[in-house]
Amino acid sequence: MIFTMNMNSIKEQNALSKDDLVLYGEHFSSRLLLGTSRYPSPQILEEAVLASQPAMITVSLRRQGSIAEQGKNTFWELLKKMSVPVLPNTAGCHSPQEVITTAQMAREVFETDWIKLELIGDDYTLQPDTLRLVETAKTLINDGFKVLPYCTEDLILCQRLVDVGCQAVMPWAAPIGTGQGPLNPYAMKLLRERLKVPLLVDAGLGLPSHACSVMEWGFDGVLLNTAVALADNPIAMAKAFAMATAAGRSAYLSGAMSAQESAQASTPLVGTPFWHQA
Amino acid sequence: MRVMINQIEHLLPEGAKLEHALVALKAQPPFAVAINLQFIPKSNYGQCVLAENDQIEVISPVTGG
Repeated sequence: MIFTMNMNSIKEQNALSKDDLVLYGEHFSSRLLLGTSRYPSPQILEEAVLASQPAMITVSLRRQGSIAEQGKNTFWELLKKMSVPVLPNTAGCHSPQEVITTAQMAREVFETDWIKLELIGDDYTLQPDTLRLVETAKTLINDGFKVLPYCTEDLILCQRLVDVGCQAVMPWAAPIGTGQGPLNPYAMKLLRERLKVPLLVDAGLGLPSHACSVMEWGFDGVLLNTAVALADNPIAMAKAFAMATAAGRSAYLSGAMSAQESAQASTPLVGTPFWHQA
Repeated sequence: MRVMINQIEHLLPEGAKLEHALVALKAQPPFAVAINLQFIPKSNYGQCVLAENDQIEVISPVTGG
């Protein structure tokens, strides 16, 4: 016999489907943010975006004429065609002034106040310059930007970013492009426990299971690029990450059981056939 | 007058404005500009007078992570 879901279950499902990601007061139906770099072709990028329906896609700025993709503005035309909200980044900036100027240029070009704040402190690990990140975020916020700072999982750093007005923060899981997954689950879970603002895991995710895990821990979203772009099939991988992100979120909202040290039979023991009392 | 546009040397007349430099570069929209690490809004291109050795950056959209 097949049982249908009762009305309460259906209501719970509807509640989950209305579980928007809210950043700076704006609602997004997806909790996946997708990067646009390193895809085999613009066509595959477009199909990956279509397959995963991200909340936002990240974009950047480089000197005109320096990159072939700028020719004839093909990327710009693709952005307009896809019509997905864009999140410009400040990738490659090594000083607060570089970040601020890049953000201002991005605001004019992309016509958006959103900015993914990247202030690189070390070129080998691409670790953010945590000592100057907070002052830079504060300057951008005072200039009217909606700042999503790429940062480490350090609790105090993230708290200070919130203190200066960041309404969400984006700790890394591992260094950019490594695909290693969360390297410090303890600190990330602690961060989730202590901070009440939306937390998006940005960088270092390599597998959909990584995305699912951090969402199960209560993170509000994930931002990734390389794990999709460098997959053998980026379109299928984009879809897989979208599903894993949604699954992890549903699991978090559903309330997971507590892990037990010893086995507990799931089938009732009462009435077990062939059982004889000693 | 010598200025650098995207790290390439250009010679412009004394008193040249930013809009002249953008013509010299054949800048294709969309783009944004900074001079000596300061953002110059599009509305200021016609008033912005360049100086010797100005470092001009003209940037356009690219993919990003």
